[in-house]
Amino acid sequence: MAARDIHGPEAPWKEFQVVGKSHRKIDGMAKATGEAVYADDIQLPGMLHAKTLRSPHAHAKIVSIDTSRALALKGVHAVITGADLPIKYGVIPWTPDETALATDRVRFIGDEVAAVAAIDEDTANAALELIDVEYEVLHAYFDPREALERSEPTIHESRKNNNVSKHVELEFGDVDGAAETADLVVKGEYQFHGSTHGAIEPHCAVAKVSPEGVLTLWSATQISHYVHRALARVLEWEPQKIRVIQPCIGGAFGGKSDPFSLEFCVAKLAEITGRPVKMLWTREEVFYAHRGRHPMQLAYRTSATKDGKITGVDAKILIDGGSYSSFGLVTTYYSGQLLTGPYDFPSYRFNSTRVFTNKPPCGPKRGHGSVQPRFAFECQLDEVAEQLGIDPIEIRRKNFHGEHTQTVNGQRITSSGYMECLDKVERGSAWRERHRQLPTGQGLGVAGSMYISGTNYPIYPNEMPQAGIQLKADRSGLVTVFSGANDIGQGSNSVVRYIVAEELGMDPTDVRVLAADSDLCPVDLGAYSSRVTFMVGNAAVDAARKLRAKLVAAVAEHWEVEEKRVRLIMGRAIDLEDTEKVLSTREAIQLAEAKFDTLGSTGAYNTPTLGGDYRGGTIGASPAYSFTAHIVEAHVDEETGRITVPKVWCAHDCGRALNPRLVAGQIEGSVYMGIAEALMEDHKVNRFGLHSGPSLLDYRMPTAIDTPDIETYIVESVDPEGPYGAKEAGEGPLHSAIPALANAIHDAVGIRLRELPFTPAKVLAALAEKRMSEGAAAGGAAAKAMAKKETH
Amino acid sequence: MRGIELDVNGDRLETAAPDHWTLLEVLRYKLGLTGSKQGCDKGDCGACTVLVDGQPVLSCLTLAAQAVGKEITTVEGLRPMHLQSGGVGADPIQDAFDRCGALQCGFCQPGMMLSARALVAANASPSREEIQKALSGNLCRCTGYTQILEAVETAIAERVGAEAPRPAWVEDREHVREGELEARTPAKEAK
Ligand code: FES
Ligand code: FES
Repeated sequence: MAARDIHGPEAPWKEFQVVGKSHRKIDGMAKATGEAVYADDIQLPGMLHAKTLRSPHAHAKIVSIDTSRALALKGVHAVITGADLPIKYGVIPWTPDETALATDRVRFIGDEVAAVAAIDEDTANAALELIDVEYEVLHAYFDPREALERSEPTIHESRKNNNVSKHVELEFGDVDGAAETADLVVKGEYQFHGSTHGAIEPHCAVAKVSPEGVLTLWSATQISHYVHRALARVLEWEPQKIRVIQPCIGGAFGGKSDPFSLEFCVAKLAEITGRPVKMLWTREEVFYAHRGRHPMQLAYRTSATKDGKITGVDAKILIDGGSYSSFGLVTTYYSGQLLTGPYDFPSYRFNSTRVFTNKPPCGPKRGHGSVQPRFAFECQLDEVAEQLGIDPIEIRRKNFHGEHTQTVNGQRITSSGYMECLDKVERGSAWRERHRQLPTGQGLGVAGSMYISGTNYPIYPNEMPQAGIQLKADRSGLVTVFSGANDIGQGSNSVVRYIVAEELGMDPTDVRVLAADSDLCPVDLGAYSSRVTFMVGNAAVDAARKLRAKLVAAVAEHWEVEEKRVRLIMGRAIDLEDTEKVLSTREAIQLAEAKFDTLGSTGAYNTPTLGGDYRGGTIGASPAYSFTAHIVEAHVDEETGRITVPKVWCAHDCGRALNPRLVAGQIEGSVYMGIAEALMEDHKVNRFGLHSGPSLLDYRMPTAIDTPDIETYIVESVDPEGPYGAKEAGEGPLHSAIPALANAIHDAVGIRLRELPFTPAKVLAALAEKRMSEGAAAGGAAAKAMAKKETH
Repeated sequence: MRGIELDVNGDRLETAAPDHWTLLEVLRYKLGLTGSKQGCDKGDCGACTVLVDGQPVLSCLTLAAQAVGKEITTVEGLRPMHLQSGGVGADPIQDAFDRCGALQCGFCQPGMMLSARALVAANASPSREEIQKALSGNLCRCTGYTQILEAVETAIAERVGAEAPRPAWVEDREHVREGELEARTPAKEAK
């Protein structure tokens, strides 16, 4: 069934016509002209507006809620509380610990307590003020260490006597043995802070219930399918009575990949009132909803031989999960499972613990779970290189795991262009002439990384395809693609168009794509874990090949020639041996419709069996991995501690670039986001648990002025199983930006920053410490010399 | 509630809205011009940028009443105005943004394009720094700004028939002609 079994990475017709070229995006012009419809652009007749009441306490019991005054306000149509939606859910089916509205407990400042639907937003906001809630405040946890050590009270009643969300400990090979026999052991403790997605579009959802009893939900979600399942569960509706549509979405980056409170609330309010209901979160509310990067405290021990071969890596990680599970089970595995490339090391252990705290819940942000350990490890590797006197790029080459191999934790690696990535950034940055040779205050640093192209863990166990595509060929000459995938701006609808046009030899603009509408489209699991191009792309190849076979058969029969003489190319069918014979795609479709009846096809993709044979071995097991190398140039002002990054060189191996321009866009967006979180962004709460700045002014995201010059290189290690050999490009290129920056700072001023973000204060403190230790060393040496003299 | 008459994209439009409604709210929720976006509603992101008498203005910080009697241009106006003045396709800025891949999620772009348009109207050949400065009030979370800057520079270059900028990856990929990329199958590696 799976597409991977029936096609390879080669062009369908010898040479690519569409793939590999920088075509326009399918929705580019609609977005450029303001025509594209996003969730908040939807206005339905009689629509009500909803608002959410949020907790002012970080941790409290709800003693009572009285909504009667709010309900009495003119213009208010409904008020709901946790009692109306008591069923728990969570994106991971094993850890349902969220409710749409708090039932008896609030767990962070901003937790949802009640929702109001009213004639307009002003009335809804006024009604929120009239809801009386009595709380009994509980001890709140803001420090993950405290949450780990103290068990009274627990944040979730379901956890017996502790606040541990997930613990994973896995060991491969003999790590302690490796440390004992190593020539060099480097140890370090690192801290990674929280950051958030900051998609420019705030979350928004609209619901209506038809008189026939069908609920339609439009939501700015990147995982329509899981939202569909969660709605059915929480509302206790049959899933076939629910339709979920994802309109155009204004950015996501992982921040829209949980089912959110507003989706359940608008659905319930529409059900109660019989009117369409919209809820648009304010920017402040988006900061509370969060699901961003997990803060982590990481301790690493890396063992190496004297010629620079890594023999063991030992990691202990404490993960601050915030108040709910979200994807936390996966995060905890990813924090260890995704580190085992692009380098080969024979022994590895990780011990990761995710704890709950009373802060906005963390979740998946671009590079989910693996950006933090990558930072720590690539800094360690730099130290190993330094201490052994090996060039930092060389040490990475030396430890490269090669292609078509297996990692220490049992992950199958197919193609890898990591070495080319290193070559490109080395040359582009003039590394050999400039590393360690720039004036003080300026430096270059390198780092590398690897990331998944989806995994074979489908979140809920099932044997059905992970991605599906359906095609309809119309006698007008139009082919419509029904795709389950969530296009979140990365261009998945465009990719599907290019693939179908390639297979059917069509002009891409004659292929239209309808996506992410559960009534019309087959299921795709969603836009997460960088799975879409790989999986949906393969499903598209599968479906298009089946349709192509019908077109070719009908044309061959019409011409009375063998099928292999027929080629579909550039909107025509041609006979390879007789140039006189030409038909348009439209004519070919009509012939095929006459021969086979109404024309369509379906295609699907499922991963092969992958992963290590142990509990959790499939989490992080990907059909293909992408690889990245970064070189960052950093300038450090020793007076002010300010770091600037004039330039970043990034080479990314995405398999075959289906559209190089879109690949470059993903790489550049990733680089930007990595540098941004390293230098400017900090998602945190104050000592009362109150968000330290829930606005786009206080949470400092870089502007066009702050963003470095980015030199992008696309490496194409055509993968044997990707669609035409493609792999992911959207998340991998974020990872190594951060450690490359840390290593560049070391090259510039000789300090190793192990705590993110790299603020001027931390730079100045590290510089002062360095001066002191140098002073002490110099003083010590002078004293020794004196002592020596005196003895003579 | 007050009656309000606005001059938008060359049309005189009448509606009524509460006194405290912003220009953004009236455009989006009363006039159905949803192309202007709301990313923060407090002047931090620039997604709501429109042109008022040719100047970029944050419509979320402008009361609708303040815009009365002024010429307002929103993203919806660009293509029709371009067609009206005898052009084909879309406004050159829109077209360059599309071709350069600058439109990822597209949410920041209506505001971004209007800021860019105000710049090129005022300055025929801005430097890269001037472009960065002119766009610095518009946050984009998707692109890392690279392809946006490229799009603006492309539109400017094409206007005078000069060569558009060529990013490193384009140069670097030139040797990747059809057939030159080999599949990395284990069998091929072995031989
Ligand atoms: S919506 Fe106006 S600046 Fe953000
Ligand atoms: S394209 Fe998404 S925010 Fe700019």
